[in-house]
Formats: sequence, C-alpha cells, structure tokens
Amino acid sequence: MTGLWVALGTLALGLVIGVVRLRRDGRMRETATDKPADVLTEGQIGAPLGERATLVQFSTAFCQPCRATRRILTEVAELVPGVAHVEIDAESRLDLVRQLDILRTPTVLVLDRSGKITKTASGQPRKADVLAALGTAVSQEPDEM
Amino acid sequence: MRADPRALRFGAAITTMVLVLVLVTESPWLLAAQAVVFALGTAGRSPYTMLFKTLVKSAPKETEDARPPRFAQVVGLVFAGAGLIGFFTGITPLALVATAAALLAALLNAAFGFCLGCEMYLLIRRLLPAAKMEVPQ
Repeated sequence: MTGLWVALGTLALGLVIGVVRLRRDGRMRETATDKPADVLTEGQIGAPLGERATLVQFSTAFCQPCRATRRILTEVAELVPGVAHVEIDAESRLDLVRQLDILRTPTVLVLDRSGKITKTASGQPRKADVLAALGTAVSQEPDEM
Repeated sequence: MRADPRALRFGAAITTMVLVLVLVTESPWLLAAQAVVFALGTAGRSPYTMLFKTLVKSAPKETEDARPPRFAQVVGLVFAGAGLIGFFTGITPLALVATAAALLAALLNAAFGFCLGCEMYLLIRRLLPAAKMEVPQ
C-alpha cells in the first residue's frame, strides 16, 4: 500500500520537476549584481576573446544537449561579427567549473569584450535569447567606465 | 557508437511503467528483472530498445551519442541494486526510496527528454577529484 503512494508521489514530483525545468532550461540569467562579476582571461578559457563578445560553452562527453548548443552558438558566432564561440571540456577544467560554480552542462557564459561574465544560461539556450544577451553584452561596454 | 533517441525514450517509458509496478506490487523479482535490463543497457543491449527496433523500421532523423544513455543505465542499475538490497534485507524504506529515485529519472527521460543520470556526471566528477586536488595545493 505504501508503495502505491510512493509511486503516485514520485510521478507527481517528476511532473512538477519536468515542467519547472522546461520553463527554466536555457534561460539567460543576469550575473548576480551584489558581488563583482567574474572576469575570464584568454589564458583561462584557452582561446582568444571575441572582439566584441565571447560565448563560452562548458560541455561534457556525457551531454546530449551540448551538441545542439554548439550548433546554435556556432551559428550565432558566424552571424554576429566580433563574437567568438569557445567550447571548454568541463572535465578537463574542473578548476574553472568549481570557481564559476557550474553544476550542469551545457552552461553558456556570455562575456563582454573585457571578458566579464554578463549573462549565464544553464541548459540549452534558445538562439533568440543568445542574440538578446549578446545585445546587452555589447552595448553595456561603453558606459562601463 | 550512435543511438536512436526514439528507442531510448521508448525504453525509458517502459522502464517508468515497470518501476511503477514494482512500487505498487512491492515485488523484488520484478525489480530484479529491471536490474537485468539496466545491466544489459549499460552494454547497449537493452531489450526495450531492441523491441523498439523490431517494431519500428524507419531510420531516426537524428542519432545521438550512445555513451550518455549508457552511463544513465549504470545510474539506474545502482538504484535498482540498492532497491534489491532493501527488499532482500527487509529494509522496505530503502527499497521504496531507491526504486522511486530510478522511477523519477526514467519518468523525466520518458516525458521530458531530460537525462538525469547524464547530468549527474559532472556533479560526480566535481566531487570525486576534490580530495586529490587539495593535496598538491
């Protein structure tokens, strides 16, 4: 009898988690404003920063949405001049993963031209959201001073 | 090695139904059968996906890397194993909680396409080398 309730409870929990995740997955979030934003250097990401912005993608081999994310970000980087796409294997850079508190792959960071993290998305982002986030990253730079 | 995502979703749906039955009937033997399926799945030989392949002949539009779902089958096997230990030692809460955890993962995969086992991979990797990293620093 207990088992029946456990089954029903688990099914209900699964549906709630699934719906919440569907809504949240891949949404671009502002980096917390109460602490200074992390700045990543070319040395840390192991590739040159984009002239205007950089999309840093953390991936693992055990990650299906990483491939789709790679496709989206590559397209965006080709579409928007001065934007670079850098993919980092999370497993070989666990130092960065811990420093930036990355819990899932894919996680996408949007860096402005100075390497400052302006937006973060965990899960596969929508192309429109990436483009919108790039808009802010690029326009924020002049009034940074 | 590539896998047909439709077959994997189909397999997750059957796994979900079997695990619900395990909870409702509290049958260790059914859970043992599911554990065998998980074990075969870790080798890419899940009977559920094989059933799908005999039923559906059309080629998938897209294939995916077979390693993540296999890793997820390992996670499922671990939970099923814990559930079996619970059943056979008479620790019913362990049996139910472990089975429920496997059910949750299977349901999320079947209904939403989320692979919980795959996502746990990075978390596990984050935790495991932590002890090693602290020594040299």
